[in-house]
Amino acid sequence: MSKLLSNGQPQIGEVRAVGIVKRFPGVLANDHVDFDVKAGEIHALLGENGAGKSTLMRQLYGLYQPDEGKILIDGVEHRFHSPKDAIRAGIGMIHQHFMLVPELTVVENVALGLKSSRGFVLDLDVVEKRVCALAEQYGLKIDPKASVWQLAVGEQQRVEIIKALYRGAAVLILDEPTAVLTPQEVDDLFVTLRQMAAEGHALVFISHKLHEVLAISDRVTVLRDGRVVGKRPTQGATKEELAQMMVGRPVILQYDMPPLQCGDTLLKIEDLFVQGDRGVDAVAGLSLELHAGEILGLAGVSGNGQRELAQALTGLRPVRKGRVLLHDKDVTNASPSERMALGLSYIPEERMKEGAIRDFSVADNIILQDHHKPPYVRSIFFDFKAIKNDAKRLVEAFNVKTPTLDTPIKNLSGGNIQKLIMGRELWRRPSVLIAAQPTRGVDIGASEYIHQQLLGQRNGATTVESSVVQRRTPTQAGMEMREMLEGRREQCLATLLISEDLDEIRALSDRIAVIYEGKIVGIVDRNEATVEQLGLMMAGVRKEEALGLKKSGDHSEKEPS
Amino acid sequence: MPMSDESRVKQLLDRSFDALLPLLAVPLAFLIGAVILMVMDVDPIAAYGVLITGAFGDVSGITQTLVRTTPLLLVGLGIVIAFRGGVLNIGGEGQLVMGAIATTVLVLSLPTWPGWILMILAMLAGAAAGAFWGFIPGLLRARLGVSENLSTIMMNAIAAQFANFLLAGPLMDPLQRELGSFLPESARIPRSVWLYRPIPQSSLHIGFFIALIFAILVYIFLWRTSIGYRIRAVGLNPAASRYAGINVPYYEALALTLGGMFAGLAGSFEVLGVHHKLLEYLSSGYGFSGIVVALFGKLHPLGAIPASILFGGLLVGGDKMQRVVQVPSALITTISGLVVLFVVSSVIFTERRARRRKIHG
Repeated sequence: MSKLLSNGQPQIGEVRAVGIVKRFPGVLANDHVDFDVKAGEIHALLGENGAGKSTLMRQLYGLYQPDEGKILIDGVEHRFHSPKDAIRAGIGMIHQHFMLVPELTVVENVALGLKSSRGFVLDLDVVEKRVCALAEQYGLKIDPKASVWQLAVGEQQRVEIIKALYRGAAVLILDEPTAVLTPQEVDDLFVTLRQMAAEGHALVFISHKLHEVLAISDRVTVLRDGRVVGKRPTQGATKEELAQMMVGRPVILQYDMPPLQCGDTLLKIEDLFVQGDRGVDAVAGLSLELHAGEILGLAGVSGNGQRELAQALTGLRPVRKGRVLLHDKDVTNASPSERMALGLSYIPEERMKEGAIRDFSVADNIILQDHHKPPYVRSIFFDFKAIKNDAKRLVEAFNVKTPTLDTPIKNLSGGNIQKLIMGRELWRRPSVLIAAQPTRGVDIGASEYIHQQLLGQRNGATTVESSVVQRRTPTQAGMEMREMLEGRREQCLATLLISEDLDEIRALSDRIAVIYEGKIVGIVDRNEATVEQLGLMMAGVRKEEALGLKKSGDHSEKEPS
Repeated sequence: MPMSDESRVKQLLDRSFDALLPLLAVPLAFLIGAVILMVMDVDPIAAYGVLITGAFGDVSGITQTLVRTTPLLLVGLGIVIAFRGGVLNIGGEGQLVMGAIATTVLVLSLPTWPGWILMILAMLAGAAAGAFWGFIPGLLRARLGVSENLSTIMMNAIAAQFANFLLAGPLMDPLQRELGSFLPESARIPRSVWLYRPIPQSSLHIGFFIALIFAILVYIFLWRTSIGYRIRAVGLNPAASRYAGINVPYYEALALTLGGMFAGLAGSFEVLGVHHKLLEYLSSGYGFSGIVVALFGKLHPLGAIPASILFGGLLVGGDKMQRVVQVPSALITTISGLVVLFVVSSVIFTERRARRRKIHG
């Protein structure tokens, strides 16, 4: 009998997947993949969206069955027909989207789906005792009696981890666990993960954030197009090396940021109040100025009013109080089309909800705003030739991969849909661009492309020479795009970049404004604040305190209750 | 992405399966109908034989079927437009009645006008009245957020009561009063405005062919004009449409109004082409059957053509079945209902399959 872990489960020495092949119609999702994770280690699984990492892990967790290959646990072959089998074998998985019932307490969520030790009578007290014991052993601070909806995202994740441990997980698969966390929460999570590894658990850490992989893992396996393209100890690896493995070509991770040259205020927000869906002010007294040629990053933890702000700025949500000035014109209550006419463009957070129509074709989505204008329409009849013509140019210029222009966009990948939306918005030659979470759910290759496009809109930026463009043959469309971007440089586009990804904000922004509970906590210059300091501001700590300009002992008062 | 031949064949099979699946709804519905027939101690094969030959067996059957097809197709087209605009028009019945009333009133009040001008005016009046009856729920929805599901149904009741009032009073045929029979019918409209009947000894009128042309026009309207684009955009994604600068409530109201227009035209044709007067129960449920037609036609104006012929045939064949084998024609209503049920479930089924096919993404 092997060693027992702190959750009372026997340790699993090694989980090994050998020659896994998984086919879906038209796609080879896993092509003879070998993967293994050992007790006591954190093994990072790195790859772009669609590289096959989730597919692989879903087979380890019993959600899919491999077409070929086998799964060995300590040398014994296992076949999982459902997650139940995998859980019974000691494998747990933390999904990116939590599987918790918000109305129930922590203990009730853990107990959900388990057999009570007392038959028909609930044994919540027994569960609670074990939850507390587990929380103690693994250093997972949690109030077992709190309802899940009251918990912060990081705490909810802890509940998920406890749930998995409670069910006897010796091996834990974490699918993009840091995507929703603040920097501080990420640090806490990493402490927990290291402790679990030290305990003798085996951990799989799925991510596409390179610095996190470098920070937390012992070994890293890189997948690309369903194949293992790299496998090495993390020690000594560099970001550039891993990124190149992942994408298959050199990737630009650092961008040159030439200084600003034009500076007129294009967008002015004055003491803005916007109600959220629940009738409470989600944006509460926010003021901000956006200058020509700059990228202003709006950092913040999800749900602090970013979505409502973006919608209010684009005319999709009424403003309760305050003013919005676009080119010195009051557009507080203007319709979306009036704002568009003044040069506003918008890359919405929920691209499938606000930015595009999933059942419409690529061409139909490209003309979404301009479908009633010539040359697309004559009197009321469409000129399909003109539409196709422009759609083709845009698709080529922005490198959107689609089988045809008539393909419904629901069949495109997230990255390609985002490139399409961005292309459409930039094609309109805006003077002010609101970009909300432009790279969320988009793989690193497409992210890089989107970042370069955003930077290319700034004055003097030289990133038009992106590797993507360079690799392509100089088609007419490519030339046209170059000319277009050259032209736009002179336009000095002002961009408000709203993102929960601090890396993205830091890589792209000239200035960074931090939003907390609907207000700007502070604005810092590009290199003025560290990640930790920004993290503190994202938790509501004022700029002066966060930057340590004023020593403070009342830090806790500013923390969210 | 290059695809192997094997997967391309598979994709083709998947797609044709999805396309054919709704067609299975009809045999399935008939199968369940057969069980009901057997419970009623009727030989289903004999009954269905009468049904099919009654509807499609000879010229008389076919022309009768096409007569019933006409209002089904027109109402169905209106419902297709509404559906595409993201609104559900359950008010086809009332809109049809209003169209019939407007047509009758106009024709009877201008007896001296030349026939063909009057005929065209009467059609326009019918379409306008139906459109107006669809516009009211559209306005209520746009301005006050009233659900069109409820308001269109209520507008049906208002239209029906209005028709009853007219037929019991101002519009009742004076002859009925004289004879003392008081049948709730209007006077006959003059022969000069009757719709032309191309086939002698049959009731098939040119309204059917006009409806066919309209089906094509609706197709062009929805897919080749900017207004149709807006209606479809609003129906598929109101949030994105709003962002794109489209006035969403306006186009929802427009979709309801256009839907009412086609139902009103159907009412007009029933008066000008079939009954030649306004009478009670003029509609016999076309307003609701039109929803079935629209759904079975996959919410496509051209798909509505075969769908309406099928359900027109069911109505004619069902009547024959009732007369010959004494099966209540309510069974036909049951079968129609089952067809809808199966069509709708087949849609859900194909969507699930599509999602499962995509999941690897």
